[in-house]
Amino acid sequence: MTTPLIDVQNLNKWFGQQHVLRDVYLKINAGQKVVICGPSGSGKSTLIRCLNQLEHHQEGLIYFDGRLVDQHQPYLQDIRRDMGMVFQQFNLFGHMTVLQNCVVPQMRVLGLSEQAARERAMQLLERVRIPEQANKYPAQLSGGQQQRVAIARSLCMQPKVMLFDEPTSALDPEMIKEVLDVMTELAQSGMTMLCVTHEMAFARRIADTMVFMDQGCLVEQANPEDFFERPQSSRTQTFLSQIL
Amino acid sequence: MQTVGRRLGVDDAVIPARAAPPATRLAWNRLDLLWVVVVAALLGAGMLKSQGAFSYRWDWSSVWPYFVKTDVLTGQWAPNLLLQGLMTTLRLALWGMLIATLVGLVMGWMRNHARLLLRMVASAYVMTVRNIPPVVFVFIFVYFISNQFMPFLALDQRVSALPVEVQLFLSFLFGPMELINNFFLGLVCLSVFSGAYVTEIVRAGSDSVPRGQTEAARSLGMTNLDIMIRVVWPQALRNVLPSLTGQFIQLIKDSSLVSLVSIQELSFMAQDVQVSTQRVFEVFVLTAVIYFCICFTLSQVFAYLERRHGRAY
Repeated sequence: MTTPLIDVQNLNKWFGQQHVLRDVYLKINAGQKVVICGPSGSGKSTLIRCLNQLEHHQEGLIYFDGRLVDQHQPYLQDIRRDMGMVFQQFNLFGHMTVLQNCVVPQMRVLGLSEQAARERAMQLLERVRIPEQANKYPAQLSGGQQQRVAIARSLCMQPKVMLFDEPTSALDPEMIKEVLDVMTELAQSGMTMLCVTHEMAFARRIADTMVFMDQGCLVEQANPEDFFERPQSSRTQTFLSQIL
Repeated sequence: MQTVGRRLGVDDAVIPARAAPPATRLAWNRLDLLWVVVVAALLGAGMLKSQGAFSYRWDWSSVWPYFVKTDVLTGQWAPNLLLQGLMTTLRLALWGMLIATLVGLVMGWMRNHARLLLRMVASAYVMTVRNIPPVVFVFIFVYFISNQFMPFLALDQRVSALPVEVQLFLSFLFGPMELINNFFLGLVCLSVFSGAYVTEIVRAGSDSVPRGQTEAARSLGMTNLDIMIRVVWPQALRNVLPSLTGQFIQLIKDSSLVSLVSIQELSFMAQDVQVSTQRVFEVFVLTAVIYFCICFTLSQVFAYLERRHGRAY
């Protein structure tokens, strides 16, 4: 039996007195594509933000690639480097061009030469089908284009897993498809993915595991067919009946 | 059914674009002109009336030699008190801006640090400096704080041990070497004072950068120092450039405060010249004009930077 790439055990987190993650267990193997869904405020985003410690949990253990993830670990930066993250609001660096957004982190974190960083950046910008925008600033791009750059920027660090935090929620409807297409292509290339999204058709297409969260609890975990056709818990049934 | 405007059909799909009407801009009107005439008339009348009571004979001729003098021995031109003071003020200003910025960056970073101790140190610094009057600060700093460390530095002795070329270079950067202790004291005092205000500007600037920027940088594995230098500060600078300009101009004007403790910069020298020429008003007017020129130039430089910096993104 192989050790999972990500292993979350008994995770608990509070914001002040609010108990936002309750006894969460989750295992993700290399190559797996997991989609997390659930009503807003259910702790989906908090869960994946705990994985790379943008939020610090109070109880429980998280292992990534065999190493303990903890805010005090000296190798936390290595762990973050190996977990790519894509945000709802893109969060491209506004004072850098698209190319610089991809090049500067490679030079600072991976210690690559500018030449090498530039080459890899252009490869990935081509992969997200946006190489012609390399010298523009983020503010000059549409939301969909910005999000694709953000994906390329994360991929530049050659991560072992990609975390997506509602990547299409801030996009105009006509731009959602171009981002989902890039993500689908990424899934097909074998990348391990963990994705919080409300795009159920997309989830059904790429996911091999569906996870449903509600009120900080991981309620149900199943393969997409069982999840959409035969949801077990009544909360999942209610949720699915509201959005499908 | 009646259609409003032109009907969009297959043949004429688009209403052709037209040029925009000329912009209307409010310029002078007659009322403005009237105001100017009235105020000018009042001023003129006031000046005529006061001419009898206030009869001052302006005499600038005795002031000019205090800029440039002819050296008695060599017959060459040499800078005199006012020009020397101006150079010291410029050196104080440039180095002061640099050091105040460094102090501000470090303290501003500490002010938002996760560790309470660092936050407290930075807050204490800012609160202390900001809540006492500048003049009082200068005296307290010079008489109670600086003489804890200045004697041990013994800069003038260290400098005199250096080779002549190095001394020449240093005197280009920091002014006459025999006055290095004096200059350094004024510089540290001014930088510590201004640094507190820059600290607050740095903090406000860092706060103005959206959280997502830091989070994205963190998620890529960047170190905290890299995040500050590469991501937060460059964007913060754009937001705080106007207040930073104001603070730097303030720093130049505040440099006149250290004349209180005998730092021989422009306003100190100006007082000297006032005493020796007895031309009090001329020297005051002249000093004001010089400070205005320095500060105005600086604000123009920063206005240029603002335009250039703002254009990029």
